[in-house]
Amino acid sequence: MLGYLTKRALWAIPTLVFVSFISFVIIQLPPGDYITAYAAQLRHGGEYLTEAQEAAMRQQYGLNDPILVQYWRWISNILLRGDFGHSLEWNAPVSSLIWERLGLTLAISTLSMVFTWIIAIPVGVYAATRQYSLFDYLFTIFGFLGKGIPDFLLALILMWLGFTWLNMDVGGLLSPRYESAPWTFDKVLNLLSHLWIPVVVLATGGAAGLIRVMRANMLDEMGKPYVETAYAQGLSERQVVWGYPVRVALNPFISTVGWALPALFSGDVITAVVLNLPTTGPLLLQALKMQDMYLAGSFILILSVFTVVGTLVSDVLLAWSDPRIRYA
Amino acid sequence: MSVNTTPMPPERLLELDDVHVHFSMREGLVRAVNGVSYHVDRGKVLGIVGESGSGKSVTARAIMRLLSKNAIEAGGRIRFRPEPGKEVEISSLPRDGRQVRELRGGHIGMIFQEPMTALSPVHSIGTQIMRTVMLHRRVGKEAARARAIELLEKVQLPKPTEMIERYPHQLSGGMRQRAMIALALSCDPALLIADEPTTALDVTTEAQILELLKSLQAEMGMAIVFITHNFGVVADIADRVAVMYLGRIAETGSVDDIFYKPKHPYTRALLQSIPRLGQAPVRRLKTIPGMVPDPFNAPAGCAFHPRCAYAVPGRCDTLVPEVSLFPGDQSARCHLAGKLPEEVL
Repeated sequence: MLGYLTKRALWAIPTLVFVSFISFVIIQLPPGDYITAYAAQLRHGGEYLTEAQEAAMRQQYGLNDPILVQYWRWISNILLRGDFGHSLEWNAPVSSLIWERLGLTLAISTLSMVFTWIIAIPVGVYAATRQYSLFDYLFTIFGFLGKGIPDFLLALILMWLGFTWLNMDVGGLLSPRYESAPWTFDKVLNLLSHLWIPVVVLATGGAAGLIRVMRANMLDEMGKPYVETAYAQGLSERQVVWGYPVRVALNPFISTVGWALPALFSGDVITAVVLNLPTTGPLLLQALKMQDMYLAGSFILILSVFTVVGTLVSDVLLAWSDPRIRYA
Repeated sequence: MSVNTTPMPPERLLELDDVHVHFSMREGLVRAVNGVSYHVDRGKVLGIVGESGSGKSVTARAIMRLLSKNAIEAGGRIRFRPEPGKEVEISSLPRDGRQVRELRGGHIGMIFQEPMTALSPVHSIGTQIMRTVMLHRRVGKEAARARAIELLEKVQLPKPTEMIERYPHQLSGGMRQRAMIALALSCDPALLIADEPTTALDVTTEAQILELLKSLQAEMGMAIVFITHNFGVVADIADRVAVMYLGRIAETGSVDDIFYKPKHPYTRALLQSIPRLGQAPVRRLKTIPGMVPDPFNAPAGCAFHPRCAYAVPGRCDTLVPEVSLFPGDQSARCHLAGKLPEEVL
């Protein structure tokens, strides 16, 4: 087990180097660079940069250097000094921009993932053990609706409901008056009153799909002979269902825990934009639009680290839960 | 046939009376078990022989009340005597009720055909046995563990103390079937139902498992219902034999009577289709013509008549034969039972 972990951890290193390089290159692939985008933005506002000014800025930011040199400068700073570089657009260190939002992103993501599982697993198991019952059909309808309605639409509907019926101020994660206030009980309450919309939106979409997955897995597993053996041992239906087929049916869930991490970090950008959430998604979108390559590159690097680490976590969890993987 | 209501004789362990199990399918109603009666005495081995689809396994699952949800328990009575002087009518208990669950695993153990998939892949052998022991014997973890080790030793698995930590995928087919047997016998059941326990194994392993079952039976004294499609296996292990065809018992009797004095043409035909030691040399083994009929359209009259060499038109194809009794507790469901011409078997 320890050898397996070490091997996996070591393999993560070349993977990350490769991914970070590719992502750095891809960000630079579109014609023009940050200065072009910046100049275009200025022109939009009625100002303009002269050729000389543009050239000076390129010189200043080192944009004229070969891509390998730029990459090396960026990555060596990260590795040696933990410095993710400077966001050209925000004129601020990348790390301060990202870490600030990372906490909230992780909070929302984790919360919605926990909710997704709390909904999806019992409902999936119920739907499978009572296949073709009234509730199975109801959950199926819910599943297809949840999967079919785009997240941002659901977010808009909930915001509208919250605003018109519950008289809440919606959007964002905090009411304006709390934004720079110190953390107090009231502030936490305020946060929670905003948090439910993104959590419901994200959990509905996720749960809808996972219910179907869980139901299908359970139906597969419950037809297998070991389930009959468990019944023949004299165990009750509840003991059999939760102790045997659920254990096996959870495998696909466990093996995708890892993907949840990066997906939640970058994903649901549209929902975050609609809800005006100070999470990482909208920031990444903006950075890519402006070719703010240090910010975007750092994002993608963190994302890849999450993916690699997440996959590792999944594999470890899977090995822990399934002896066939542990001893294979 | 009316259901017999007299109390079971004292040596009786299990008695099935006119049991019917139907399956409601989209294509129609399948009468998988259509009036089966058999009995098992304490400590005896009953072999049940029949082709695929004859209802052997379904009958066994009816005893355990393990039928699938679309099964209709359409009648009949199943009685069981978990201990002397006590009688339980299994067929009248609620399907998943506490009493049935106490019987399962506690008084009736079951071994399944596929040792590869019949054990939980995510629990160690020890955990699976211990869970049953703790459930029925209400003992602690340590006692259950000791019992599991003792059982694995009984089924002759090597290094039982290590074996309880193993998972099914780490064992060979024969070892898994031994573990399965240990699981089924974990609470000293009075009855063991073995549903084709050796069908999925190779011949050498099959012989070893049969030997093991025989020695365990001698040691622990449980009765066995041994389901198989292999007459050779039956001859090896059983005291009595029941031959099933299309949801009915065609013939039942002691092993010797079935092998040497079969009264049903189907039993005869089956015996003629397998080679025997000391048999007069023949060019070819006989086969039974035709196929097992489609269960949705079971033939009228005697279900075997379309394939029977002795079928009498106008009788066998219209009237369901009654059971004819013969000395030595042998019975056959055939219009011609006892009147068949002598034939070299």
